[in-house]
Amino acid sequence: MKRYVAIWLRHLLVDRVLLIRPELDGNPFVLATKERNRMVVKASSRNALKLGIEVGMVLADARAVQPELEVLDYDPSLPEKLLHALAEWAIRYSPLVAIDLPDGLILDATGCAHLWGSEAAYLKDIATRLKASGYDVRTAMADTIGAAWAVSRYSRAFPIIQPGEQLSALLQLPPHALRLEAAVIEKMQKLGLYQIKSFIYMPPSVLRRRFGQATLDQIGKALGTAHEAFEPVQPCEPYQERLSSLEPIQTAAGIEIAIQKLLEKLCERLVKDGNGARLAVLRCYRIDGEIQQVQIGTSGPSCSASHMFKLFELKISSIEPALGIELFVMEAPVTEPLANAQEALWDLSSGNKITRIAELIDRLSARAGTGVIHRYLPAQHHWPERAITEAVTLTDQPEIEWRTDQHRPVQLLAEPERIIVSAPVPDYPPMLFRYKGDIHRVKKADGPNRIEQEWWISDGMHRDYYAVEDEQGGRYWIFRLGHYNEELTAEWFIHGFFA
Amino acid sequence: METALKKSELVARLRSDIAALQGFRAPALGVKHDDFGLGPVMKAFPQGVFPRVGMHEFISQSAEQTAATSGFMAALAGKMMKQDGLCVWVGTRRTVYPFGLSQFGVSPDRVIFVDLKKDKDLLWAIEEALKCDALSAVVGEIKELNLTESRRLQLTVEESKVTGLLHRVSPRLSNPVAAVCRWRISPLPGVTDDVLPGIGFPRWQVQVEKVRNGEPGTWPLEFRDGRFELIDESVSFHQYISKAG
Repeated sequence: MKRYVAIWLRHLLVDRVLLIRPELDGNPFVLATKERNRMVVKASSRNALKLGIEVGMVLADARAVQPELEVLDYDPSLPEKLLHALAEWAIRYSPLVAIDLPDGLILDATGCAHLWGSEAAYLKDIATRLKASGYDVRTAMADTIGAAWAVSRYSRAFPIIQPGEQLSALLQLPPHALRLEAAVIEKMQKLGLYQIKSFIYMPPSVLRRRFGQATLDQIGKALGTAHEAFEPVQPCEPYQERLSSLEPIQTAAGIEIAIQKLLEKLCERLVKDGNGARLAVLRCYRIDGEIQQVQIGTSGPSCSASHMFKLFELKISSIEPALGIELFVMEAPVTEPLANAQEALWDLSSGNKITRIAELIDRLSARAGTGVIHRYLPAQHHWPERAITEAVTLTDQPEIEWRTDQHRPVQLLAEPERIIVSAPVPDYPPMLFRYKGDIHRVKKADGPNRIEQEWWISDGMHRDYYAVEDEQGGRYWIFRLGHYNEELTAEWFIHGFFA
Repeated sequence: METALKKSELVARLRSDIAALQGFRAPALGVKHDDFGLGPVMKAFPQGVFPRVGMHEFISQSAEQTAATSGFMAALAGKMMKQDGLCVWVGTRRTVYPFGLSQFGVSPDRVIFVDLKKDKDLLWAIEEALKCDALSAVVGEIKELNLTESRRLQLTVEESKVTGLLHRVSPRLSNPVAAVCRWRISPLPGVTDDVLPGIGFPRWQVQVEKVRNGEPGTWPLEFRDGRFELIDESVSFHQYISKAG
């Protein structure tokens, strides 16, 4: 779902003049230019408007109304220049800002408003800042450009149209709000269609016959059923590089060269923007129309061409060139800002160590698949399976100390295995136990060490652990599940081996 | 007389040259070498210097030996990592419990476990890890290894100077490999006294089966308080206690 903001700078040119020449404030003045051999008013100040001097009036008529009228020259390229400057300023609110000539801006605010707390706060911030810099501004937010435009210009209601509410927001507005052609609006006025609600429910075929396809398109754009082109002033260029080959490439060496060249260009751009790739995709367009695609992922943002090349090198064998590849496209769809290189993760003598280890990990996971690299941090649980938790990144630091006071085995079985024991009295360590067919006579034992099941995580019985040593010196971690019970014989398990 | 002196000098120099070529560095005067607290075991190594630049092969046949070897390797790796080093632990069916490593002087969060799904990736992964000279040590759990493969790993180690500890769990063949040292660690019964409950500190029979240019031997060691200690059978545990106060 998209969200758009329409900004209407009602008196754009006048406000601009006042910013440059504040002494004009309070006087009626107009901006006029020559049009069809006469001077025509192009913008009129608030005081001039009060006197009835409107845009489009011939200057001579305006002078007749107000002889002391100040006339300034109108530069036809000025609105665009001004809007462009404002659009670049508005990139702080959204990366996608478009100019809406003659006096508006459109922002693609999808996913931006929450950074200001809410949509209302977002709009308020835009309006306050523009007003503070001297511009008269009205804003509106809606799912479509058309609805936002209409509400910002013609509605006095709350300017935030909730998702999907475009139709009800438009009903009360005049047909002008749909950005229709002047001739169509005139026709509608003649027919008495002063509000959108009086014609919007008419069947499309009727509307098309009376007012033309363009009217239907405009209605569609406002309601969101038709697509409206959006041309941002600063297009976000994807990190993509292309390399076409003069002759179809079939050899691994050729592919290697292509990857190297593409990566160099890509990394140059990444470095310039201070970004690093987390994912890189290479698409090879074959001459028979097939596309071969390989991709690599990195464990941290990387802008090192040599490192990414090493990762791609492992994948080259999976590219089938067949009759030849004519175009290589390298893209980095997922990028992250590069962390400050000086941020040492562990207090290593050189921060560069971590980069090399991260590169090693990337190579390993590129070949062996994801989920092979594990690093563990201590967790606040006594239950052995939960006493460690997996670290998400290479840089995670333990939040608590590793405990060395708990006697834990160096080898832990993935699942505790059943053993048969003979124990003399309840709560005593067993005298002997049988594991995998071998009988181990217990010589020394330590325990019991009761570890309770954490009831808020899972149900089950507690475990009474014993560290036992047999006559050969083998050391085992065995436990009895639950209490001794008169009906049931206690279940014993082996869970690990001590060093 | 003079020529004889020169000859013996020449032989000594050639010996040290050969040792250097084989990956041993002669101890420079005044430079203290890490002995990792191995104490008497150091006598097994050429010139009494632990061969950091080399592959160490550990062989274990049973689950108990595997655990003992893992503990010993963890303790060795811990000594190599010191305060800020990092270690990579490569294997396919890992049973090592990271939490348990903390008792051997290793901070488990400094160990990166690589749990491969396929055996055929093992050698490649170990080699890649050994190439990364930012690591302090690489532990590899691998079952079978032939001479050519081990030679390749040994050459990688000589290039990167990262110590490799290879753990071969019940290998079918105990064929010769190009490691500088072959170890066999077996558990020894712990000793406790009436005063001390429990099962005592880890005790191992540390056997250096083969060592290049060195003297193989067997030593009983105990690991306590982060140090290896030679078990002196003559010292009874009453004396231990009196020593400890």
